[in-house]
Amino acid sequence: MKTREPGTTHARMSARSGVRARSNVLAPLGLVAGLLGAWECYADFAGVEEDLLPAPHAVAVALWNNGALVWRNFAVTAEQVVLGLALALTTGFALAVAIHLFPLLRRAVYPLAVGSQAIPIPVIGVLLVFWWGFGIFPKLVVIALICFFPVVVGTVDGLAAVDPEQPKLLRTLDASRWQAFRFAELPAALPAALSGARIALAVGVIGAFIAETSTPSSAAYAGLGHEIVTDAGGFQTARAYAATAVLFAFAIACFYALALAERKLVPWKTRARGETT
Amino acid sequence: MPTELQSRKRSSVRPRSGGLGLEVERVSLTYPPSRHRRDAGVHALADVSLHATPGELLAVVGPSGCGKSTLLELICGLRAPDAGSIECAPAVLMPQRDLLLPWLSALDNAALALRIAGLSRGHARERAYLLFAELGLERFEHARPHELSGGMRQRVAFLRTLLAGKPLLCLDEPFGALDAITRSEMQEWLAGALAREPRTVVLVTHDVEEAVLLADRVVVLSRRPGRVVAELDVGMPRASGVGGAVRIRTRTDPEVLALRERALRALRTGGRAGSHEDT
Repeated sequence: MKTREPGTTHARMSARSGVRARSNVLAPLGLVAGLLGAWECYADFAGVEEDLLPAPHAVAVALWNNGALVWRNFAVTAEQVVLGLALALTTGFALAVAIHLFPLLRRAVYPLAVGSQAIPIPVIGVLLVFWWGFGIFPKLVVIALICFFPVVVGTVDGLAAVDPEQPKLLRTLDASRWQAFRFAELPAALPAALSGARIALAVGVIGAFIAETSTPSSAAYAGLGHEIVTDAGGFQTARAYAATAVLFAFAIACFYALALAERKLVPWKTRARGETT
Repeated sequence: MPTELQSRKRSSVRPRSGGLGLEVERVSLTYPPSRHRRDAGVHALADVSLHATPGELLAVVGPSGCGKSTLLELICGLRAPDAGSIECAPAVLMPQRDLLLPWLSALDNAALALRIAGLSRGHARERAYLLFAELGLERFEHARPHELSGGMRQRVAFLRTLLAGKPLLCLDEPFGALDAITRSEMQEWLAGALAREPRTVVLVTHDVEEAVLLADRVVVLSRRPGRVVAELDVGMPRASGVGGAVRIRTRTDPEVLALRERALRALRTGGRAGSHEDT
């Protein structure tokens, strides 16, 4: 019987992955450095107003000088993003499972879920605050509303993608509906659900921005989005860019955190594809 | 697919009892017409009767599309026949493709039926491991399906079928997708496995030689709609020397060659009559 010897495969993979890991880090860093350089040259030599486009070094200085303020606001926003995404993932996943188990629900709910993506958040922002107050919850609802849809679509597709022969096999093994779900459909859907979660994550940070700027709130829940809008309107452009840079980095960090979780959750998928992210 | 799982309807003509082998009496089935195929329905099985005594290995051979897989689905209670009756012990299906779950190890895949029966993961693994050891797979229990060769995957799928603990096994072309060398290895392995773990078996195959090598009796089906055109008694012990080296029949035994010839002739004449009716 020919099977891949586990030992040799891993040895070969780790030798190659050392080289690959380094280029994986160097390539994006190099690109960022190049873009920053071009931006710096453009801002310095093209005579752009600093209030219109601050140079990267000015942004760095603004970040350094306002570190405490930016950090405080970042903590507020980060909490919103993480909790909002958690809400989006759980509701999205639960909705997808319900849609899968009850086909009638699919017909009833799917159009509404699509439509919900067209709602301009400011229209309902004040209503949400009227319902749930000036705290964090209305913002979480906004983030969840913006992010849940790709989770639903991914999970529903994943649940339906089980091999059509699989139910027959499970029935002759006397599996109940719940067991078929638990042993076959749920794990099979996990990779697609996580792909949906990736998309949700990518828009989660801008979702927090929208949540902060479209729902009135007490100062304690203002966050980076609020700061950016105030700064951009108050000729503090460099500080607005500094806050934006923080959001930028945070979105990337979230994305890779999910990729790490994915490797733990669906090892059979990531290893079969040989993926690192 | 969910509806298929939800409606666990069993054929009303199917009392289950322990001591039975298999009695298929004059079963017919026509698939209802479908919008996708734009036809008047497919007549899959016509008046098929089969029987197997407990412990017997019955091979069903026939050309592709003659309703062999449908027959197994009927025996496993996944479908109800239009006419006729089926009486048999509880049956478990080993489908054509292995359908191993990619996220489970070989051991956990084999133990799936035990988990479904309510055993804890640990107990299920223990019991599956005993069988792994008995049938010579003990080095592979932690491998994931994508790390296994085609032959190994079929062995794991067969173990999963055995561990369902049912007296009747329905094997649907278990070696159809394997290369010739692996297939003959697998035939030997299966004969040995069944010598250690005796069950009543219905083996569906399109390979006449495989049927004659492995079975106690061979039933030949015609082209669609499948009808029984011949029934051959092999009349030789399946495997001798249980325990140590298991010796099975070889493809060059004169009896095997003679039976193979008879089965092929039945297949050819039956096939011609069948195709004639089709057109």
